[in-house]
Amino acid sequence: MDTIKVVAAIILTIYLFPFLSFGFQSDELLVDDEEFGLEGAPQPRFPEPTSTRSAPVTTATRKRHSDLDSDSKIEFSLDHAFGDSDFSPAGTFSARIKTWSHGGQTLTKLRFSRNNFTSEEQKKFKNLLESDDFYRIRLPSNVLSPPGRDFIISSVKARCLPREGLDEHFVIHLEGVNVLAVNYGSPGSCSYPRNLKLPVKWSFSSYTVLKNSEQAPRAPIFTEEILGGENGGGEVVQPPERSFWAKYWMYLIPLGLIITNAITQAMNMPEEQATGQVPASAGMVQRGPSSAARRR
Amino acid sequence: MAIRSFFAPFLFFALCSYSSLTPVLSLYEDQVGLMDWHQQYIGKVKQAVFSTQKTGRRRVIVSTEENVIASLDLRHGEIFWRHLLGSNDVIDGIDIGLGKYVITLSSGGSVLRSWNLPDGQMMWESSLQGPKHSKSLLLVPTNLKIEKDNVIVVFSNGRLHAVSCIDGEVLWNKDFEAESFEALQVIQPPGSDLIYVVGFAASSQFEMYQINARNGELLKHERATFSSGFLREVSLVSSETVVALDSTGSILLTISFQNGEISFQQTPISSLVEDPSGPAVIIPSSVPGIFAIKTNAFTIFIRVIGEGKLEVVEKTNHETTVSNVLPISEGQQAFALVQHAGSEIHLAVKIAHDWDGNLLKESIKMDQQRGLVHKVFINNYIRTDRSHGFRVLIVMEDHSLLLLQQGAIVWSREDGLASVIDVTASELPVERDGVSVAKVEHNLFEWLKGHMLKLKGTLMLASPEDVAAIQSMRLKSSEKSKMTRDHNGFRKLLVVLTRAGKLFALHTGDGRIVWSHFLQSLHKSGTCQSPIGLNLYQWQVPHHHAMDENPSVLVISRCGPSSDAPVVLSFVDTYTGKELNSLSLVHGVVQVIPLPYTDSTEQRLHLLIDSDKHAHLYPTTSEALRIFKREFSNIYWYSVEDHNGIIKGHALKCKCTDEAADEFCFDTRDLWSVVFPSESGKIIATVTRKLNEVVHTQAKVIADQDVMYKYISRNLLFVATVAPKGSGEIGSVTPEESWLVAYLIDTVTGRILHRVTHHGARGPVHAVFSENWIVYHYFNLRAHRYEMSVIEIYDQSRADNKDVWKLVLGKHNLSSPISLFSRPEVITKSQSYFFTHSVKAIAVTSTAKGITSKQLLVGTIGDQVLALDKRFLDPRRSVNPTQAEKEEGIIPLTDSLPIIPQSYVTHALRVEGLRGIITVPAKLESTTLVFAHGVDLFFTQLAPSRTYDSLTEDFSYALLLLTIVALVAAIFVTWRLSERKELQDKWR
Repeated sequence: MDTIKVVAAIILTIYLFPFLSFGFQSDELLVDDEEFGLEGAPQPRFPEPTSTRSAPVTTATRKRHSDLDSDSKIEFSLDHAFGDSDFSPAGTFSARIKTWSHGGQTLTKLRFSRNNFTSEEQKKFKNLLESDDFYRIRLPSNVLSPPGRDFIISSVKARCLPREGLDEHFVIHLEGVNVLAVNYGSPGSCSYPRNLKLPVKWSFSSYTVLKNSEQAPRAPIFTEEILGGENGGGEVVQPPERSFWAKYWMYLIPLGLIITNAITQAMNMPEEQATGQVPASAGMVQRGPSSAARRR
Repeated sequence: MAIRSFFAPFLFFALCSYSSLTPVLSLYEDQVGLMDWHQQYIGKVKQAVFSTQKTGRRRVIVSTEENVIASLDLRHGEIFWRHLLGSNDVIDGIDIGLGKYVITLSSGGSVLRSWNLPDGQMMWESSLQGPKHSKSLLLVPTNLKIEKDNVIVVFSNGRLHAVSCIDGEVLWNKDFEAESFEALQVIQPPGSDLIYVVGFAASSQFEMYQINARNGELLKHERATFSSGFLREVSLVSSETVVALDSTGSILLTISFQNGEISFQQTPISSLVEDPSGPAVIIPSSVPGIFAIKTNAFTIFIRVIGEGKLEVVEKTNHETTVSNVLPISEGQQAFALVQHAGSEIHLAVKIAHDWDGNLLKESIKMDQQRGLVHKVFINNYIRTDRSHGFRVLIVMEDHSLLLLQQGAIVWSREDGLASVIDVTASELPVERDGVSVAKVEHNLFEWLKGHMLKLKGTLMLASPEDVAAIQSMRLKSSEKSKMTRDHNGFRKLLVVLTRAGKLFALHTGDGRIVWSHFLQSLHKSGTCQSPIGLNLYQWQVPHHHAMDENPSVLVISRCGPSSDAPVVLSFVDTYTGKELNSLSLVHGVVQVIPLPYTDSTEQRLHLLIDSDKHAHLYPTTSEALRIFKREFSNIYWYSVEDHNGIIKGHALKCKCTDEAADEFCFDTRDLWSVVFPSESGKIIATVTRKLNEVVHTQAKVIADQDVMYKYISRNLLFVATVAPKGSGEIGSVTPEESWLVAYLIDTVTGRILHRVTHHGARGPVHAVFSENWIVYHYFNLRAHRYEMSVIEIYDQSRADNKDVWKLVLGKHNLSSPISLFSRPEVITKSQSYFFTHSVKAIAVTSTAKGITSKQLLVGTIGDQVLALDKRFLDPRRSVNPTQAEKEEGIIPLTDSLPIIPQSYVTHALRVEGLRGIITVPAKLESTTLVFAHGVDLFFTQLAPSRTYDSLTEDFSYALLLLTIVALVAAIFVTWRLSERKELQDKWR
């Protein structure tokens, strides 16, 4: 039940997002190592320039950061290719560059605007879907001086993208202002075998995530423990005291068996004697059953 | 009934006490050599010197290309002692000083050492510095009067040093400042106090320095210019004459510098030989009065007859090798000449001034598998009839070392095995009637006697003689060296490719060479001067047709190091060592990808990628093509360009559009790329999982009855990058400037699944990848210690499958196919630990079904192999594990990994120059075979969780039999007794 609710909520937000975005749109992003920018949901028919959409929003946050560090705005483009065709522009990422006092530069507040497919591109994409071919994208490896050393390419089987519309998910791995890699694909699973399915709507809903490197956990250092260990190292560690049963069970079981054996023997003896005394007076009739009982 | 129930527990206990006798992880002293073997090698001999002193007569001192200096027994070829210098301490020259010290010059002429000849102890070491880098020359004057002369003359780093032989003290030195001066020879005429240093300056100037050997004073400096320049090689024909070639290789120059006057004498080669056929080169030698030149077709020996006159003494088109010069008496010097003629080699020993007379002429039958003679070293001895006898040490093309004496090979060493490039394991033939070598146990009595001895040993009743008998019985048990497959899969063939290009098959039982084969494609020939073997792949591993088809391996060899040089594929039968077939390819090979598909004859499909990014399928059969077409869209691979820090993913596109291409050629395309910024990352290690690794279960049950699913993908790549500054030498970087980033990359989609930065860490990185975990080793600059980190990766998309009901009702996604194009839901766990040693190689044990727990095999800097339980590298270790976690086997957290002396797999041995560790699963699940190679070879069997699935070798069947017999007897006796008692009761 819960999952259905969550899914419903997600679907709702996705649908409501464009409408909400005209009212209030907070794209306040955490300046943490993992940033999540949800942007570029299905766009209106006419592609809207990104600047107008993002202009009123960031003023508040901008003021806060600009006191400390300078930041500037940059744009870099996303190119795409259908199968083995050449790359052509497909959208624009815009982001702010924060220059830290120690000289490092980081990218924040990534936003993405996707151009809609032209009819020709739609046709190409349909071909891709039919032939189960790759849809490829590329980004510059350096956002300040594109394309940097080389383009970062990523591909996905076109059949992974269509859902209701076309869903795509970018994880951009950054190292300062350099793009290391981009993981591109569908936001959820792409089941195999991939079935041919045409999207209902020819518009993209894009999810982008920026990722920086994590810090490795330090190796633990136990200086005190080591000292303690050294002190205690001289003594022989005593194995934990085991219970009597745990120690001697192998002797106890046979002992028990012997005892039970002896008891049954002893039980039989008096019985025999008892039965032996009765027939002395009652005669032969009783003997049969008693011996039968013993033979059992 | 009561009686039976009374004895049953005893029977049970008897069995129990047996099964608890499983061996501990470490070996007992008497188990050494039972399952392991160790072989010592030295590598291809570069230089050999013979000791002339009485005591050292039986020895030869050699230096090798593996940087070993060793003293060998001349009678048997055994090693008396040896030292392995580091790979950055290359030996330039060796000699013997004062008859009892071995002098070595190494590290580009900057380290001079002296070793005691009898035991190999180092006597002294001195460091020789100089103004510039130059060729280094070692000269130990061999004066017959020893006590007077004890100076070693070394030219290195542009400076001439005279070093005392006694203590290594530098007596004097003299700089050669001239920028372009390049010394070629340092000469000290016998009995004189003068040293000549001759060489070339610029390209056309010959220079001669005359130096006083007592104090290093420069007496004379002469130069002469020869307009057309020189080739950089000279041959010394007398103490005051050298022969050189001009830069075109067509004119011989006899340069004499008698009394400090330089004079040239030009002789065109064409005036000596009618058809010189192309430019010549001088074969460096120092035979007085004679030198040799080599043209394309011929080797020509030329004699110098006073005043620069030359005379051809022999012209031959056989491969010829000349030895060093051996002074045999005052003024007489001998040298040896080895020529190939068919399957024989001809050895001739001549006196330097008498070409036509031979002191010795022998022909020796030589194995074709050894190739050409590369080097010859001559030595003499006194025969029983007091005449001079000669023996020669020859180094062959396959790096083996042979001693020839009296027309026979006295001993040979397969020193090619010191430089193993690649190893693969192959099964042995299945036991068949007729083929079987199996010997039925000799007789029952012997068998019983053996077991009685074992029984005595077990019960500690054995006398020392008995113990010795047991030991020898174990060692010679013929079982382990049989040439057939065994039930447990312990017996295998290790097929080994050496740098020389020779294939060896070693038996895992005792390490003997079953066959060896020098590949035709790896012989030096006219078309290819420097062929190199690249890799070894399993080409055909028959399972279904194991009885009638032999397995084979694929050897890829290339002519020279460039990636578009011609490539030859050779297919070799692993049972016989015969070359089945060889293909010369029209395309180059950059990458070889063994595909996980086999055809109906169980030949594995291989994809070869050339430098133009075309993929070529092998074998080239229509069946292979059909299989390949079926899997066409599921084939992905990656390439690492570590010089510019780019990793790319590729897939197949279509058939080659090229006109000339055949139907087995395919075009490829790039699918993804990861570009590491050049200012922050340099790739230093990439590791993937082993292709043939078996994972037993995907689920891991953790302490609180919870299940975690391992993320098991064959397409994961571990990449480690370091800061470019941090890739230099240790000490060149501060902790702040240095970092190490570890990446886990999916090689199908190029996704980075995990990325973690270790600040203050630096390489070198050694890593091993198995199942869902990676362990890597690096240096932590902040803690000044080596560290090992572990990353385990778990699949979250399957984490909901914990409900038993879901599994019962089939509502789980465990059997659904996984597509890597789905967004991965993974979590990683990691932890770092300090580790004491620096590491040369890391491997992991692999078993047949993957059930047995894993051990890491760490090749330590001390050239030993340490087995480290994977449980120590568990990221879930915590300081105070709960009771449940303890039960699961989690060890309390410590900051460093323990090194338990008993867990050295190599026990007391060292695998000198350790380079690689290979593990091969045996058929028995608990056991894995480990092969470590370097300059030495080492092999053993390991049971990481002990041999839980078989009885050990020293299991005493006799004791078991005795117990059973005794029990049966007891049962009968007591049964009889009880019968009697019962009868008595009845009669009462």
